[in-house]
Amino acid sequence: MVADYFAVAVVVIFTIATSLPIGRYIFRVFTDQRTWLDPVLVPIERLVLSAIGVDATAQQGWKAYARSLLISNVIMWLVTFLVVSVQHALPLNPDGVASMEPTLAFNTVSSFTTNTDLQHYSGETGLSYLSQMAVVTFLQFVTAATGVAAGIAVMRGLAGHRLATLGNFYVDLTRATFRVFLPLALLVSIVALSQGTPMTFDGAAQVTTLEGEAQTIARGVTAAVVSIKQLGTNGGGYFGPNSAHPYENPTPLSNLVETWAILVIPMAMVWTLGHMVRRRRFALVIFTTMLAIYIPMVVADVAFEALGNPAIAAMGVDQSAGSMEGKEVRFGSALSALWAVSTTVTSNGSVNAMHDSLTPLGGLVPMVGMWLNTVFGGVGVGVINMLIFVIVAVFIAGMMIGRTPELLGKKVEGREMKLASLAMLWHPLAILAGTAFACYVWTTTADPSTALAWLKNPGPHGFSEMLYEFTSATANNGSGFEGLGDNTPFWNLSTGLVMLFSRYIPIMAPLALAGSLAAKPAAPETAGSLPADSATFGFTLWAVMVILGLLMFMPVAVLGPIAEHLAVR
Amino acid sequence: MRANDSAGAKAPAHEKNMVRELRTGILFTLVSMALLGGVYHGIVWAIGQVAFSEQAEGSLIRDAKRGVVGSRLIAQPFSRPEYFHPRPSAVNYDAAATGGANYGPSNPNHLTAVREQLSHLIAINHVPASQVPSDMVTASGAGLDPHISPDGADMQVARIATAREVSPARVRDLVQSHIERPTSGFLGRPRVNVLELNVALDAVLGLAPSRTPTRESTTQ
Repeated sequence: MVADYFAVAVVVIFTIATSLPIGRYIFRVFTDQRTWLDPVLVPIERLVLSAIGVDATAQQGWKAYARSLLISNVIMWLVTFLVVSVQHALPLNPDGVASMEPTLAFNTVSSFTTNTDLQHYSGETGLSYLSQMAVVTFLQFVTAATGVAAGIAVMRGLAGHRLATLGNFYVDLTRATFRVFLPLALLVSIVALSQGTPMTFDGAAQVTTLEGEAQTIARGVTAAVVSIKQLGTNGGGYFGPNSAHPYENPTPLSNLVETWAILVIPMAMVWTLGHMVRRRRFALVIFTTMLAIYIPMVVADVAFEALGNPAIAAMGVDQSAGSMEGKEVRFGSALSALWAVSTTVTSNGSVNAMHDSLTPLGGLVPMVGMWLNTVFGGVGVGVINMLIFVIVAVFIAGMMIGRTPELLGKKVEGREMKLASLAMLWHPLAILAGTAFACYVWTTTADPSTALAWLKNPGPHGFSEMLYEFTSATANNGSGFEGLGDNTPFWNLSTGLVMLFSRYIPIMAPLALAGSLAAKPAAPETAGSLPADSATFGFTLWAVMVILGLLMFMPVAVLGPIAEHLAVR
Repeated sequence: MRANDSAGAKAPAHEKNMVRELRTGILFTLVSMALLGGVYHGIVWAIGQVAFSEQAEGSLIRDAKRGVVGSRLIAQPFSRPEYFHPRPSAVNYDAAATGGANYGPSNPNHLTAVREQLSHLIAINHVPASQVPSDMVTASGAGLDPHISPDGADMQVARIATAREVSPARVRDLVQSHIERPTSGFLGRPRVNVLELNVALDAVLGLAPSRTPTRESTTQ
């Protein structure tokens, strides 16, 4: 147990330490300052911008910025939808994978375009090599970059003083793609390769086992996908079981690097925020508040998984290695629990153990991460979601001390509060209404002869499977309780739509909010204002997140994981 | 500097903007798709071919006599008494359609599966339940976990020694020499690679006497 916590602590501290210089690097990239990678990467940026005919100095107001973001994403959606729908007839398909049927294609493309990467197919049987490259890898870069661009634009708005523009979307998108994600992805790909992740255009390997049976081993262009899947909070695995598959995550060292890659850019974006608004202490307060939610979750989840399954202990099997169902021996329960928390707080959604088989409370913690969806959060959008909580906390604090709420010297008024509320309320609405709808459909259509229908598990755990699916789709996370038979028209269409709304509402409303804040003058703070870079504010923010962000999920937590915990205890 | 945002934008200008917007979006999609979906993969592939060619092809294990016998990272089915057995697999070790069992901890089917596997292990290895580690009765995430815990290997030593008609000490030594320790002493759990251990068993102890004679390619 002590060794487990030591390993977990080393990973987290290493990641925090490296997020600082990366946050500074991202800040320099987006503010036209020199970086040591410029000689290689700036030519690529220039090449792309000139090829698409964008003037790097042209500025956009929030509406133009938002329009470019939406239109570019719609085009990406259409082109990739076409590719997966006809992949059977396209080249680079050595294993003869069939084209996707329309509802699965809708779900898959919506999922990857929204940076969710919920997968209702299994990679080795559902996608050709070309689709893995031109659809999955491509979207994993550009949608992560879309999130970073939106995050940077919102930061500019926050830092602005009577500012009419938020930057240029295509310049930000290009920089995020080619100057932030590309170099890191190459680095992580090389580590993955060295540890055993394949990278081959040959089809599946045919082997004869020691006992003389034929075994077909799927492989492919895996290393290139694994790196960006982690760095861009995408999470879409090359193979069905994601990073639990030994090819996607071969060793404890690759597991360390992948866990690092999941967390590092979402963490770095907080430091970038501090540089952008020229308030390093503000970033420190935000980061500490996030840590004060993340660390207890990690400690709790490691403990829940270390306890093992009491029902198996009752059979006389030693549970000292923790719960091992759905987990890999090379990682053990602690590194699996650390991953489960990290991948859900950051909107990543890759897994190195099957979340459906986590202990009841061990499976609740990842859901809590997605219900908040902002403890580091998705690349770029995590900071945006946090800003929504910050605005609400400022408002509540302002009410309590009887002053006009202010954030970094800017007055927070009705328009800002309306936009923040819209972004904040959509999240629980989609999760709770979606789960309720799924329960209704399940109870009215389930055939008594196949009593569980699309559920793999009976009782409260079955409810958790549906709750998790809508939570994951709404949080743009992409992990799942994969026992759910989710490749059906109902799940493909419902979660596909939820992912689209849950991606663009919480980007559009904050962009509008940023546009509104940017135009306001930044007044110097007075003795009467509550400084946003104080510990008092950090505590207020923490309380607002826990009370407003989580309390409304208490009933479903009781119906699902907590009921199951009481049943197996 | 242009601010596209002015509320009074005229309709024709707006349409022109829209055309330019669509053109930029399509160009960006095509250019970045070529670079990220093509060139980037080529670079990673080339690095793999030059520096990590074994790993890039899937860490396949080649045997002089038997050709490719598997991948060191992918579990394969073992049921004969003379070999170490891997963890249970929800997909029957199908490395072309992988997955976990996805059983919740309270699922009666899960507990039945665990109970059956436990009885099976007790029956073939003649050990009490207390010597069976939890990894040997539970399915892994991908159904392809190449490793078992050292306890999971120890539990099988006596059975293998009997089947191969060698002393348990020789088998136990082989297990000891195949234990992989946690990286840097703290990352991951101690483990044994089942396929590598079984290949070593055949290499060091020779093929087992019980091996069926139909395997002519392997018995030459």
